[in-house]
Amino acid sequence: MNVSRRGFFKVCAAGMTGSSLATMGFAPSAALAEVRQYKLAHATETRSICPYCSVSCGTLVYSMGDKSKNAKARIFHIEGDPDNPVNRGSLCPKGAGLLDMVHSPQRLTHPEVREPGSNEWKRISWDEAFDRIAGHLKADRDANFIERNEAGLTVNRWNTTGFLASSAASNEPGYLMHKVMRGLGAVAFDTQARI
Amino acid sequence: MTNHWVDIKNADLVLIMGGNAAEAHICGFKWVQEAKHGRKARLVVVDPRFTRSAAVSDYYAPIRAGSDIAFLSGVIHYLLENDKIQHEYVKTHTNASFLIDPAYGFENGLFTGYDAEKRGYDKSTWRYQMGEDGYAKVDPTLQDPNCVFQLMKRHFARYDADTVSRITGTPKDAFLKVCGMIAECSAPNRTMTILYALGWTQHSVGSQNIRSMAMIQLLLGNMGMAGGGINALRGHANVQGITDQCLFGESLPGYLHEPTEAEPTLEVFLDKRTPRMLRPGQMNYWSNYPKFFISLLKAFYGPSATPDNSFGYDWLPKMDGAYDVLAMFERMHQGRMNGFVCQGFNPLASVANKGKVSAALAKLKYLVVIDPLATDTSEFWKDYGELNKADPAQIQTEVFRLPAALFAEHEGSFTNSSRVIQWHWKAADGPGETREDTEIFGQLFVRLRAMYARDGGAFPEPIQKLHWPYRIASHPSSQELAREISGYAISDLTDASGNVTVKAGEQVAGFAVLRADGSTACGNWLYSGMWSQAGNLTARRDNSDPTGLGQSLNWGFAWPANRRILYNRASCDASGKPWDPERNVIHWNGKAWGGNDVPDMRPNATPDEGVGAFIMTGEGVARLFAPGMVEGPFPEHYEPFETPLGRNPMHPDVPAVVSNPAARVYQGDMELFGKADEFPYVATTYRLAEHFHFWSKTSKINAILQPEHFVEISEELAAEKGIRKGDVVTVRSNRGHIKAVAVVTKRIPVLTVEGRKVHTVGIPLHYGFKGETKPGYITNTLTPFVGDANTQTPEYKAFLVDIEKA
Repeated sequence: MNVSRRGFFKVCAAGMTGSSLATMGFAPSAALAEVRQYKLAHATETRSICPYCSVSCGTLVYSMGDKSKNAKARIFHIEGDPDNPVNRGSLCPKGAGLLDMVHSPQRLTHPEVREPGSNEWKRISWDEAFDRIAGHLKADRDANFIERNEAGLTVNRWNTTGFLASSAASNEPGYLMHKVMRGLGAVAFDTQARI
Repeated sequence: MTNHWVDIKNADLVLIMGGNAAEAHICGFKWVQEAKHGRKARLVVVDPRFTRSAAVSDYYAPIRAGSDIAFLSGVIHYLLENDKIQHEYVKTHTNASFLIDPAYGFENGLFTGYDAEKRGYDKSTWRYQMGEDGYAKVDPTLQDPNCVFQLMKRHFARYDADTVSRITGTPKDAFLKVCGMIAECSAPNRTMTILYALGWTQHSVGSQNIRSMAMIQLLLGNMGMAGGGINALRGHANVQGITDQCLFGESLPGYLHEPTEAEPTLEVFLDKRTPRMLRPGQMNYWSNYPKFFISLLKAFYGPSATPDNSFGYDWLPKMDGAYDVLAMFERMHQGRMNGFVCQGFNPLASVANKGKVSAALAKLKYLVVIDPLATDTSEFWKDYGELNKADPAQIQTEVFRLPAALFAEHEGSFTNSSRVIQWHWKAADGPGETREDTEIFGQLFVRLRAMYARDGGAFPEPIQKLHWPYRIASHPSSQELAREISGYAISDLTDASGNVTVKAGEQVAGFAVLRADGSTACGNWLYSGMWSQAGNLTARRDNSDPTGLGQSLNWGFAWPANRRILYNRASCDASGKPWDPERNVIHWNGKAWGGNDVPDMRPNATPDEGVGAFIMTGEGVARLFAPGMVEGPFPEHYEPFETPLGRNPMHPDVPAVVSNPAARVYQGDMELFGKADEFPYVATTYRLAEHFHFWSKTSKINAILQPEHFVEISEELAAEKGIRKGDVVTVRSNRGHIKAVAVVTKRIPVLTVEGRKVHTVGIPLHYGFKGETKPGYITNTLTPFVGDANTQTPEYKAFLVDIEKA
């Protein structure tokens, strides 16, 4: 019996333990590292999509922790999703490096502000960030909102604060952003998709 | 893509031009290999660089960056001259037989109606002759001198092989060889697919590059066919989806229009935006515009949108001009903007002319950066020496930086280049205090709403009336939003006999049931059906492909209506028989349309009814003559705004038409265009297999794979300039300079254009002063601040530089 790594896990998942399979003489090929088996067998597998190019390859994201309320999940491995009809399990040199982006030292971890004229970042709370930003948005909107144009036509337009939307955002935040911006009367916005 | 990634395997000929799938869309490129192995397909690559796509091609032809229209117009001429077109297809499915206003003309590089002052056209002569019955006139024999087919023949007759070779630098024999291979696909059962990307869009004539190819695909009869189509290989994993949600100032979700000042009322707006039928019996699907638009207003304003207040039409802002990214930075540069909110986007690095962008940001009162990663933009104010000179004390912009979740840290849907919407699940929380974008925008909105309720302010009504039914107001969930995008019934929907077909509160099955009376809400009609009563169809994971055509109809959900190949009615002749029975997409079975895809046709429209395959047009056919384009109904070669020739070889004596006469150029930017005497080399930016835009430079492994900024030049240019492999060189345009390591290769051909040598400098764009890669200059320091006349996509792919050893 020739069992591939993936096949091996499928068999395991069917209700037998790896060790009992091994004792029955159905151990997978010798090159398989025991440590790695253990790690993946206890991992939570989540279906996701590589955020880089528009092939949008299916990925399997492995994390430690079982998503219970008191366990903090940590992603430790990402690979191509073999079920995805487009990438069929493969990832390119960009996608193969996803784990390093997830854990990049360049990740932002808290809100911060650079005050006018300052040369440094200052850590602030989310509450402060939201309140200050909302204050700026309101002050600018109130000062520059155009309710009617010169001809007296209702135009309800706010064009002194601009927005740039990300093509890496999902459809749902994209739609929400559009709805909020129109609610505020915003016209000055664009997205990466143009470029 | 009109077709999809897996469908590439069905092609007989794969043309890669204006893209480099082997390096930029690597896992999609496997389907090119599949076509080569499975169908003995051939791969042809036309590119200024001998890319890795070229390295595995059957044939490679070099071309000067920015001369694609000359090349493609030459192909059109070749097909017409040698009668290599799919005649029945052209007659059935295109507007070749339509008669054009005799006043329409083309002279000295300009179409009729040009206004030099406005840099634009009065398009009133670019129109069909209308009959007394109110429909466009046609000549099915294609003989009338004013029919589109004859006009086309005359227009493209000027692009003979010698002319093409003289402009493009493509050797004549190479050009003719490519023409011959393309021409073979005029056989009804042979298809060519075209894979293009930013190499076509990022030009001042970008839209016409693509349109030229669309005309070729129509002449060959390849639209709607398996293994055919026009396939844009797009950027990010959800760039298609964000395009469809239309985060453009001028649009609303689903390619609806944001009203302008010229449309004061809902009635005027709908009347103007709902197209008329131009030939009898057509579907003219945009005639449903009012249903889509009013359903969107109901999604936006909920119960507050009523027939009495025109469903909240007045609350929508009315546009007064352009607000694309170049226009916004221009306004900012003029000091006309105070704030800027920048989500997951690094404009300092990715927008043209970094110097101008940086100066514009410094004029803002506040900048908000929402990103998972520390971007160059967020630190535009910080001094990084020669890489980013800045004096923070002088810059009064208040900058906020908010940590956002990455792809694996929230759930939601991405739409791939194939238009397939796929759900992704959350694997873990982001690091530290990271929050999801839905919460960041939710929080900002509910706080603003509360502030307006408490303190009042400018026109608070649309803010208070915005429909906000989310369970946690400060954090709408992706599931709630997906259901709203897909659409639901507000009251019971009944059929003609009064039977309830959809109950109030139920999800709609698709856009066909949307109503214009306020009884349905739908955030994006194109996505309608993605979350029906059957649940979240974007989460479907059945990858079975029973016919082997590669459609996988039960994997995710494709827009529109889960259709995988657009215009698939055109894969059949007038009687409904497939042009190629071996690759049957759909066919007429005597009672209905069906087969291996969702038909792009009313299912019960008998072939005798003559309902055209291009259901979104009023004429029911595809447009070889396209009056919607800004710079002309036919493509014409114009030089890039920075041209090595200094004139347009098609019109050498007409200075007005050197470059796209209808492209928008701002004062100050025109003066910054470089001339060939000072900047003699053609530069083109490109991407590497190991990096994605300015994103993967934050990832250690990718930084190790491609650690440092470089520029690529030919051995000949290197010898001429005394540059050796590994030298640091300075590359200069009229807007600034960068320094990088010289990579001297055989991959950059030296071309002969109009009798003189043209050298190309290739510049990868992934580097900057932030990241895990070696700190570098930003490539877009060099690029010109001008965009395509139709889309305003900047001209990154063809501009002028000088290069010297640093």
